[in-house]
Amino acid sequence: MLAIYKREMRAYFTSPVGYMFCAIFFAVSSFLFMLLNVQAGEDASYTTYFTLLLYLFIIIIPLLTMKLVSEERKMRTDQLLTTAPVTLSGIVFSKYLAALTMFGGSFIVTSIVYFIPLSMYGNPNAAMYIGCVVGVFLVGSAFISIGIFISSLTENQFISALGTVGAIIFLLLVSSLNNYINNEAIRNFLSGLSVTSRYAYFANGLFAYDALLYFISISAVFLFLTIRVFEKRRWSNS
Amino acid sequence: MIKVEHLTKQYGERYAVNDISFEVKKGEIVGFLGPNGAGKSTTMNILTGYLSSTSGRAMVDGLDILEHPLAVKKKIGFLPETPPLYLEMTVKEYLNFIYDLKKCTLNRKEHIEEICRVVKIEDTMNRMIRNLSKGYRQRVGIAGAIVGNPEVIIFDEPTNGLDPKQIIDIRSLIRELGKERTIILSTHILSEVKAVCDRILIINEGKIVADEKTENIESAIRGNRRLNIHIDGPTASVLPALKKINGVIYANVAQKYEDGSALYIVESKNNIDVRKPIFYMLAQNSWPIMSLAIKGSDLEDIFISVVDEAEAQAASEK
Repeated sequence: MLAIYKREMRAYFTSPVGYMFCAIFFAVSSFLFMLLNVQAGEDASYTTYFTLLLYLFIIIIPLLTMKLVSEERKMRTDQLLTTAPVTLSGIVFSKYLAALTMFGGSFIVTSIVYFIPLSMYGNPNAAMYIGCVVGVFLVGSAFISIGIFISSLTENQFISALGTVGAIIFLLLVSSLNNYINNEAIRNFLSGLSVTSRYAYFANGLFAYDALLYFISISAVFLFLTIRVFEKRRWSNS
Repeated sequence: MIKVEHLTKQYGERYAVNDISFEVKKGEIVGFLGPNGAGKSTTMNILTGYLSSTSGRAMVDGLDILEHPLAVKKKIGFLPETPPLYLEMTVKEYLNFIYDLKKCTLNRKEHIEEICRVVKIEDTMNRMIRNLSKGYRQRVGIAGAIVGNPEVIIFDEPTNGLDPKQIIDIRSLIRELGKERTIILSTHILSEVKAVCDRILIINEGKIVADEKTENIESAIRGNRRLNIHIDGPTASVLPALKKINGVIYANVAQKYEDGSALYIVESKNNIDVRKPIFYMLAQNSWPIMSLAIKGSDLEDIFISVVDEAEAQAASEK
């Protein structure tokens, strides 16, 4: 497991993907932070900053996940992994952890760094700030597991990335669809899927167990589905 | 060491592998021989746990691959048809990765250096796999398969796409490895199994159609021995003289040439060598031999006849 994790981490930095991720994430997040907190003066709002980060995921999460499984299939290296003494869940989980390290690492570092000027020149509510960080992290981890799942469905990283972009846009915007739908049942269903309404609890400084459970289950379900995709390929009869 | 019982893999209506059973003893080198799409790779993929069988079982060292996948996978080194290489890694990084992946306990540095020496890739240790030629990539694949000194090695078409020099190198390497290990390799090149394997399994359309020791396979399958002789002499007298020789059961002219010589086909019982009497007879009559070739010792012929036979049998069963 550790071997696969280490290889994935190295792969991020021996290909342009890792650098692209870092460049885009650091550039856009610092730009947003400056715009919304440093230059905004009286209206400074870090909650808006964190909410906008969720929309940045549309670009940066697929960057991290697009190759994770599809590339292995294309290069046939999945044959090496699945015939080695490692479990399928071990393979999938190491890949998830690698992507999570990339995302979580850069996100938490920036969050800590940005907190310094906030507390120097203002009086931010630390609990609320931490709530935002935890919320964004959970959303990101859920999206990563969705990205891995989509990556396992294709050999083509471009299709994998595009599919993930679509899925993230859908989950982010699904609650705003509700304004246009009259049917109660569909509305309930759609708001049940919504990521943003779950995130709102954390952004308001609330530690909501059901929202936490929602994000953890998304990660778990899609990692499980990815393992099933591996299994299916093994057992396939067509 | 390896035991396969009634292994079947079905893809819809098609059988990729159809009720295959065989055993491989410890230390044996067994060759899977068969045309493309015969089921060689599928069988190997099932043995290594990459694919699962529709029915039947595969056991390595007494352990069922489905019940003890990790224990079995630890015993097997596998080189798939396409070597599973990470192109952006150097050879050294790649082998170290496999070392970790297989959770080896041998001395890392010594072990990897030894493998590189055996496979002759020491001078490419620090090069990116992306920049290596096909022959070297294949060797890196082989090196990967033998990391951790597995007891069983499975090679799927190990010499595929290599040049003749490299093929000879890889074959002698496999023979070398086979001294201490159990090896299964697949190929559709006949001379390869002959050169490397102790035993040959011929697979066609998902079934085993022949299972023989390499030295026996020729006589076991073809009854008669056949010579193609090019003789410079009058056909009208040479042919009856050939037929008179003790042991010859069939002789005929295959082709006549403008200079008066002709190509003759002579068949004899398998256990009788008629080459010497033919030579003396021809020498006595001053009919020089221009060329002489033994047909039927050719694995190519054996292979085709076995496959044809199996197909004819299948057709008559229908």
